[in-house]
Amino acid sequence: MPRLRDVTRYVRSKNAGPFWVTVDIFFDDEETWRRHRHDPAIGVDAVAALYGVRPSQVRRFEIDSLRAIKLSFPRSLPQGGVVERDMHSGQQYVPLLDAELAAG
Amino acid sequence: MTLPTLDETRILVPAGVLGAGVRADEIDAGLALQPHAIALDAGSTDSGPAYLASGKSKYSPQSIHRDLALLMDARARAAIPLLIGSCGTSGCDMALDATLDIALEIAAAQGRPLRIAVLYSEQDKAVLKAKVAAGATAPLAPAEALDDAAIDACLHIVALLGPEPYIAALEAGADIVLGGRTTDTAVLAAVPLMRGAPAGPTWHAAKVAECGGVCSVNPSSPGIMMSVDAGGFTIAPLAAANQCTPYTVSSHMLYENSDPFRLVEPGGVLDVTESRYLAVDDRTVRVIGSRWEPRAYTMKLEGAGGGPFQTLMLVGVQDPQVLADIDGFLERMGAALGHRVRRTLGQDVPAFDISLRPYGWNAVSGRPVAAGAAPPREIGLLFVATAPTQDLATQIARICNPVFFHFPAGAGKEMPSYAFPFSPAEIERGQVFEFHLNHVVETTSPFELARTRWVNFSHPSRETALA
Repeated sequence: MPRLRDVTRYVRSKNAGPFWVTVDIFFDDEETWRRHRHDPAIGVDAVAALYGVRPSQVRRFEIDSLRAIKLSFPRSLPQGGVVERDMHSGQQYVPLLDAELAAG
Repeated sequence: MTLPTLDETRILVPAGVLGAGVRADEIDAGLALQPHAIALDAGSTDSGPAYLASGKSKYSPQSIHRDLALLMDARARAAIPLLIGSCGTSGCDMALDATLDIALEIAAAQGRPLRIAVLYSEQDKAVLKAKVAAGATAPLAPAEALDDAAIDACLHIVALLGPEPYIAALEAGADIVLGGRTTDTAVLAAVPLMRGAPAGPTWHAAKVAECGGVCSVNPSSPGIMMSVDAGGFTIAPLAAANQCTPYTVSSHMLYENSDPFRLVEPGGVLDVTESRYLAVDDRTVRVIGSRWEPRAYTMKLEGAGGGPFQTLMLVGVQDPQVLADIDGFLERMGAALGHRVRRTLGQDVPAFDISLRPYGWNAVSGRPVAAGAAPPREIGLLFVATAPTQDLATQIARICNPVFFHFPAGAGKEMPSYAFPFSPAEIERGQVFEFHLNHVVETTSPFELARTRWVNFSHPSRETALA
């Protein structure tokens, strides 16, 4: 089964204001986009579980012209607190790279 | 090169942020296209709460001086206004005043008369509490309703200005407008809106251009020209060698933005769901179909305050016995450190926290590492003591020093020494700052929470400040 890193040309994360993280997934090409865009491994429930938020807090967008999925969700703690590990949320995409996608 | 059309409004955006390094050659290339204004942003919450809580700028005064001198000279040569939003990173009053001081130094050196409008947007706590009491504030997800305690926890609170105070300042004759905290887009949108450009394309152009070259193929080339007309807008980089493409321009709506289609601004929402991105040539993109939905006027609030203090130690570890079981080692060390602090300072020591973060293992994520993962070649182990005062945080670090330095890999082992890079080993990091507000406030007008001050610079040796 392919992992997300195998079918995307670029995955990134960034803070969207002090209280939100946003992850952008850019697929390789039209074929990988069509095949994997609806994969549950990068769906709302899986992302909520991976990042410890409620599914209702995850906002998911498909940007067809860019072959991209955007997933936005609240940070577990506001940016810059006592135990801040990633001030700009710039490395928060990494756990998603290993998401296992259906072979289909 | 196509000559600009008469009904366009062209805004020269020299960089995504003041102080990052504008380029003289790009500015000259932009001025040749006869822009109506130079506009850029100077701030953000992006780098965390310290800048708003402390009022200090992220960029050095020297960096700001360098960029501002180039822009003020360009403004004077072209006889067009210069607008700068969110001065001094946070856009609070002291940060804005620090930027004004730099502008006045440059004005004295350049020796040209100037009318500077200074737009303050720091908020009085009593005014905001009255807004709370009147039910005129609302939380943004995931926040809860605003209360007085959150307001009191802040050292500085700013409301994000819209374009209206900029427009009013320009209509009153300002050569330069220095803004307090402003939405990144509003400072770029002000002049097109003032000249009657349609709101949808204007706000969308401003959103695309607000990070400068980030919407281009080569983001290290920072300057952008946005041109808005009745039917849409075009975007092109200032540097001849750089390119904007439909891909780079459209994908910028995703950047640092939780919603790629809708952007809430003071007085409305930009909707780009139906926008189309067309290549005009190999470096210019035209965008049509952007819409603006007017709404009741609200301003977003940002507030940050001071928390506890931290003292750090860093040690390098290459010992294979430690690296073979990092998680077990850190668990035992953490227990030993806590025990030693309480034994030394007593059980009634104020609440403190010790955080051990093994860089090279899982310090960035804080997540458990999968069982069976190969050990790293070395780790940098960061020790973070957090306590109510700097003095106590440092005491805790010094009490912990011998254990942190010599903790053995297992019971009965010889006492090791790990690799400290510094002497003294501890580093006083300072105060933790925290964001407290994630709310909007309703206003009766775009000017209700803004204050404009005029500073007229008439002669190198004489300036007059008018209230």
